[in-house]
Amino acid sequence: MTVTAAAPKLTVVTEASPGKLARKRVLGVLAHVALIGASILMLYPLLWMLSASFRPENEIFSGTLMPSVWSLDSYFRGWNGLRVSFGTFFWNSLVISVTCVIGNLIACSMAAFAFARLRFKGRSFWFAMMLMTLMLPGQVTLIPQYVLFRELGWVDTILPLVVPKFLAVDAFFVFLMVQFFRGIPRELDEAAMMDGCSAWRIYYKIMLPLSLPVLATAAIFTFIWTWDDFFAPLIYLNEMKQYTVMLGLRTFTDSTGESDFGGLFAMSVLSLVPIFVFFLFFQRLLIEGIATTGMKR
Amino acid sequence: MTAPAMEAGVPHAGGAVHQSWWSRVWENHAPGYLFLLPWFIGFLGLTIGPIITSFYLSFTDFDLLTSPEWVGADNYIRMFTADPKFIASMRVTLTFVIFSVPLKLAFALGVALLLNRGMRGLPLYRALFYLPSLLGASVAIAILWRQLFSGDGLVNDFLSIFGIQGPSWISNPRYSLWTLIVLSIWQFGSPMIIFLAGLRQIPQDMYEAASLDGASKWRQFWKITLPLLTPVVFFNAIIQTIEAFKSFTPAFIISAGTGNPINSTLFYTLYLYQEAFGFFRMGYASALAWFLLVLVGCFTAFSFLTSKYWVHYDD
Repeated sequence: MTVTAAAPKLTVVTEASPGKLARKRVLGVLAHVALIGASILMLYPLLWMLSASFRPENEIFSGTLMPSVWSLDSYFRGWNGLRVSFGTFFWNSLVISVTCVIGNLIACSMAAFAFARLRFKGRSFWFAMMLMTLMLPGQVTLIPQYVLFRELGWVDTILPLVVPKFLAVDAFFVFLMVQFFRGIPRELDEAAMMDGCSAWRIYYKIMLPLSLPVLATAAIFTFIWTWDDFFAPLIYLNEMKQYTVMLGLRTFTDSTGESDFGGLFAMSVLSLVPIFVFFLFFQRLLIEGIATTGMKR
Repeated sequence: MTAPAMEAGVPHAGGAVHQSWWSRVWENHAPGYLFLLPWFIGFLGLTIGPIITSFYLSFTDFDLLTSPEWVGADNYIRMFTADPKFIASMRVTLTFVIFSVPLKLAFALGVALLLNRGMRGLPLYRALFYLPSLLGASVAIAILWRQLFSGDGLVNDFLSIFGIQGPSWISNPRYSLWTLIVLSIWQFGSPMIIFLAGLRQIPQDMYEAASLDGASKWRQFWKITLPLLTPVVFFNAIIQTIEAFKSFTPAFIISAGTGNPINSTLFYTLYLYQEAFGFFRMGYASALAWFLLVLVGCFTAFSFLTSKYWVHYDD
């Protein structure tokens, strides 16, 4: 996945006239100008929110991108802006997201191993079923699931949010892992099988250690999507002390948001920090993960 | 749990013929099903079971507290004949899908083509353009959007430089949906990455041969790039359309859960949420959900059936 797009240009250069070359260079500069312009346009709102969150309250909507005074007031106000502090919301979100990551890694990799490596009757049928669920709009299962979890007494707990992950409901990750497992040379597990290794040992001694990239990708995406998820917590969590960050933000906009924009922006920025950190450190992994889902192989 | 996988070649010590038939079946199929067990429980209990149940519920009146009461096709009849909000939400969602998906894909493809010319700094650009896709689903971004497009928001500040007095985009029913379409286009990064990966799979010698034959860049795009990229276009279009149908959070945050002004941001999913968890009309909401399933199903089937006429698959 390295970037080697410069090579084919050489053939053009050898036969290009000086005029053509100059034109090419101008076009290149224009392309950079367009791309830089587009990046600034796209990212400006984010930078604006970041800077607004550090401005003193009376300056939030005025002034330039660089605040004249850097102030943390908005952060302190926002943190305790609701009945329950945002510290609780962050903790709740963290617990839910980490549990979901664990669930997805275990359950999805097991299912993917079965689909990619084990032979059993009906495998291709179940695989097709799994792919079908990728396209399923979640609303169709929403109400019966709610009824089920309500019967089980799980409403107002985190169970409806995390238990499904231990049952590999995120078909996307199963699919991603199947694609990856298929790329691991079969000779490895065949040799292990000859030595009398059980399926279980092949799974956790050979497949998992060789699959760290895809496991990391799945872990990060699960974390981010769970962290961002608004719908499921909205439905299942009604007590404020159980709220996730996203629910906290929503309550903030409804109650005090109109008067305390500074606090709202500050908490919004904080809510994006974990995602941004993952982006910063694992950008290549995420981009490759996205890229491979679109590939046939 | 440690039943041997597929070691059919490994000789077994003794054992009668009868036993070995059973143990062969067990050894051949059990590990697969054991590994699939969690998925299986989820598939039956959280997917297939609920789909069937919601089909049944769609023919009932059900408020969660008393048991469902059979009403026949009443819910569906009401949907199509006596529910202006259903019509409104359908129109909002279809408008959103029809405009946001092609525009988003066009942006994604355009930028991917530009980046694929061997631009210096490609990894940086790619990362910058991808960032909104990663953050975009968040409530925080919806909050930011609400601020950007409000009457005294950043967009109008920008327009006032040119002497234009912009309206309050969010609270004007003519524009409110468009702010959400713009938000969706803003997140063109992830289809762009998939396009980039697809572009890199096109063999370079095809272009070399074409330019030796004197084909212009424009012609090369229409005759080589686009046909070879159709599988990726197809994939992106399906994924983005399904995502667009499912969109919920931005409309919810921007309209404070109402779908207003004048139902102009009443996404289908938002309406379904209101019916189910605002009014506890679970039967009616199930009918809405089933109609969505049929709609998405028809769309997907239609795409796959027509794909053979325009999607170019090698071999």
